[in-house]
Amino acid sequence: MASTAIPRLTAPLPIRGATRKIHVTINDVPFDMAVEDRTLLVHFLRDVLGMTGTHIGCDTTHCGACTVLLDDRPVKSCTVLAVQADGRKVRTVEGLEVGGKLNPVQEGFAAEHGLHCGFCTPGMMMTSVALLAKNPNPSEEEIRRAISGNLCRCTGYVNIVKAIQHAAKASGGGP
Amino acid sequence: MSIHGGIGQSLPRKEDARFIRGKGNYVDDIQLAGMLYLDFVRSPYAHAKITAIHSEEALKIPGVLAVITGKDLDAAKLAWMPTLMSDTQMVLPVDTVKFQGQEVAGVVAENRYAAADGAAAVQVDYDPLPVVTDPIKALQPDSPLVRPEKEKKSNHIWHWETGDRPGTDALLAKSDVVVHQDLYIPRINVSSIETCGCVATFDTMGRLTMYMTTQAPHAIRTVFALVSGLPEQSIRVISPDIGGGFGGKVPVYPGYVVAIVAALKTGHPVKWVETRMNNLMSSSFARDYHISADIGATKDGKLTALKVKTIADHGYADAAANPSKFPAGLFHIITGSYPFQKAFVEVDGVYTNKPPGGIAYRCSFRVTEAVFTIERLVDEIARKVGMDPADFRMKNFIPPEAFPYKSALGWTYDSGNYGGALKLAQQMIDYAGLRKEQAEKRKKGELMGIGISSFTEIVGAGPSAQFDILGLKMFDSAEIRIHPTGKVMARFGTKNQGQGHETTYAQILATELGIPAENISVEEGDTDTAPYGLGTYASRSTPTSGAAAAVAARRIRAKAQKIAAHLLEVSPDDLEWKDYKFQVKGVPEKSKTMADVAFAAYTNPAPGVEPGLEAIDYYDPPNMTYPFGSYICVVDIDKGTGQVHVRRFVAVDDCGTIINPMIVDGQIHGGLNMGLAPALYEQITYDEEGNIRGNSFLDYLVPTAVESPHWETGKTTTPSPHHPFGAKGVGESATVGAPAAIVNAIVDALSPYGVTHIDIPVYPWKVWQILHDHGVT
Repeated sequence: MASTAIPRLTAPLPIRGATRKIHVTINDVPFDMAVEDRTLLVHFLRDVLGMTGTHIGCDTTHCGACTVLLDDRPVKSCTVLAVQADGRKVRTVEGLEVGGKLNPVQEGFAAEHGLHCGFCTPGMMMTSVALLAKNPNPSEEEIRRAISGNLCRCTGYVNIVKAIQHAAKASGGGP
Repeated sequence: MSIHGGIGQSLPRKEDARFIRGKGNYVDDIQLAGMLYLDFVRSPYAHAKITAIHSEEALKIPGVLAVITGKDLDAAKLAWMPTLMSDTQMVLPVDTVKFQGQEVAGVVAENRYAAADGAAAVQVDYDPLPVVTDPIKALQPDSPLVRPEKEKKSNHIWHWETGDRPGTDALLAKSDVVVHQDLYIPRINVSSIETCGCVATFDTMGRLTMYMTTQAPHAIRTVFALVSGLPEQSIRVISPDIGGGFGGKVPVYPGYVVAIVAALKTGHPVKWVETRMNNLMSSSFARDYHISADIGATKDGKLTALKVKTIADHGYADAAANPSKFPAGLFHIITGSYPFQKAFVEVDGVYTNKPPGGIAYRCSFRVTEAVFTIERLVDEIARKVGMDPADFRMKNFIPPEAFPYKSALGWTYDSGNYGGALKLAQQMIDYAGLRKEQAEKRKKGELMGIGISSFTEIVGAGPSAQFDILGLKMFDSAEIRIHPTGKVMARFGTKNQGQGHETTYAQILATELGIPAENISVEEGDTDTAPYGLGTYASRSTPTSGAAAAVAARRIRAKAQKIAAHLLEVSPDDLEWKDYKFQVKGVPEKSKTMADVAFAAYTNPAPGVEPGLEAIDYYDPPNMTYPFGSYICVVDIDKGTGQVHVRRFVAVDDCGTIINPMIVDGQIHGGLNMGLAPALYEQITYDEEGNIRGNSFLDYLVPTAVESPHWETGKTTTPSPHHPFGAKGVGESATVGAPAAIVNAIVDALSPYGVTHIDIPVYPWKVWQILHDHGVT
């Protein structure tokens, strides 16, 4: 079942190889789809479902631009097969704003100038959301360690740290 | 009285609304009906003859539609293309590959996976040829020839020099103190987190729309027209949101051209997006300068002369992105912040079996190479003279009253107060206190170093008399349309890649037009709608298009004054522009806002005044701008491992008038990280057979948040006298200034062991080796 909130692809990805049926809940919307076995989760999100907020920045799980939450844990969706998401919940950047209300992390990134080109931002925010869920009041060092799997080339990280501190404070944690 | 979102305010960024929601529109996000994917077969050899390309197996793979080779392109005279430096480079090879990772054949398929399968299934037969990867060896007469098809049977591409060679030699010979230093500034890759890519599509009328990651969409359109023969009005280049540029998205790469050919051949839209490994092995390379320098001073510490000889490794083609007149870019800013009496610089460009290099890495045309060299040398000569490096700089700086100042190599610096910036940096970091701490630590055998870099940049290219790319003069543009309801659409010839143009350009117009920034929309990157310009790189947007915005806005204001006079039934001379309104002099309650005027411009035109309220300006800057600053870095070195820890880093910048302090600080932070990166972590190397050593982020170490210091920033403001509102540009200052501060700090820490230089990147093993040799570890 596809949600109307998700843009339909004009030319669905042709499936040529062996396929498997998966049931996956993405941003609270359930999907039952057939996917090629080797389809990466990030390509399933981007090329099959047209959810292009999750980005691809490397081929080797280093840059973190593709970070999504899989059952609330941050994973790099370029190194997860779509079939591995079967029966599980995925949250992407498109699922952070709920009912017109931004997530405090989104507000923090905008308020503290935690982004320049915006390309690493979705992955960076997903990692931040997972960090704050586990540790609502992280120190600067804890923040830097938590986002060390997400590369940013533009900001020098200072304002990303501030953005996460801003979100922590807004969520009731923080100094 | 201020205006909402005017110059000087930390206005939150307009563009963030889409980026924080995952609603950016980057090239790889574009999906068109029937779109195909392009991937490449790449060469495993750095130099080889291609004897055969076998596509049959690839074409059997379900979903693979076509294989495009150099021979196919050659039939259409498209196998070669010009570089931005009027050299030639291959789109696809007809018979020879010149670097490892070079595109050999394009494979077009229904989806990315089939395209990759197809590329893996193409069999290519090669006869390996001798390889040269060292530019010094490449200049020897027995070296393999990288470009034997050229008339000149040598790997030497060009020689460029400027300054007074005999005068410099004579003065150096007379100088009390001379320091000679060799420096290697390695090849690095800009590694914007978004790689390069495009979607090429033709409509039924044969019109090409090219969505591409380009920093210079108009220039690209003209180049495509000249190369392909397509009429220029039948080409539309759209540069959508760009995930970082840093110079890597200025050149034309083979992938773009093959995507166009594939779209033409298949009749479908074709997408090409580099993988990271593709990017790290074939595009976006900077630097690779082998420098040998001499600097002289009197015994009491006054600088005299500077002489620099450089071998520039360009890879197999000179595809650098420099202004045509300057094959070594603006390297002759190398006299820096100091009044040398004489200087001389020479650079020789050389071919090697590597991918083309010479793009900028967040820098204005070789300015980083220049600044790193002069700031390293100044430290070493200060040490030899026996002076503190801060005192030595203070003694030698070009004084504030000397501006505009003509440098020994011919640049006219617009404005500066170098001592002011260094003084502030010293105060912020407690320089005297640090020197005391260092003395105490040295007694205990601990390794602490303090490094300074007082850089002068040259940005904002540039005046048309000197600056062009492939003949296109380096002006830039702004077009302003004020709608009847007082809302503004403004378009520019530049192209944002994260710098915040949608916000800062609106701020300039808010101040100039008296219209709140929230009512001003900014657009760039679509050649069908934006006025012609040369694009964004070299910190040129604010100095050129930003200036054009002010000039065009002032033109609108002059017309608006006539309309306001008509509405107020007074003469235009009776009005003054005050508090962002036209007021009758002495009668401030009689006034009209720009919104009032805009409505009238369309509904009640003044007699004799053309209806409408629009203006366009193509700004040809009278001079470059010269941002500057002083950075101070403190490092602690682990004696056991050689690991360098940047404890503190204070950056004082002066970029003239500041439009948005929040964005300026953000640009400095990011630039500092791209100064840290080559100083300590990043380098692209090749073995003797031309194999790239490390082409993923596993080996190419882009700093994470853990290695990156908590940058501290400070500002002085010395406006540019020739820019309409005094701004200079800021995006690259920190990349340019930071490496020398870091390396100077490391050398300072190790100077008790007689260390005078360590080539970058300063890996822990290099430091450990020095400590080990001195019995410290």
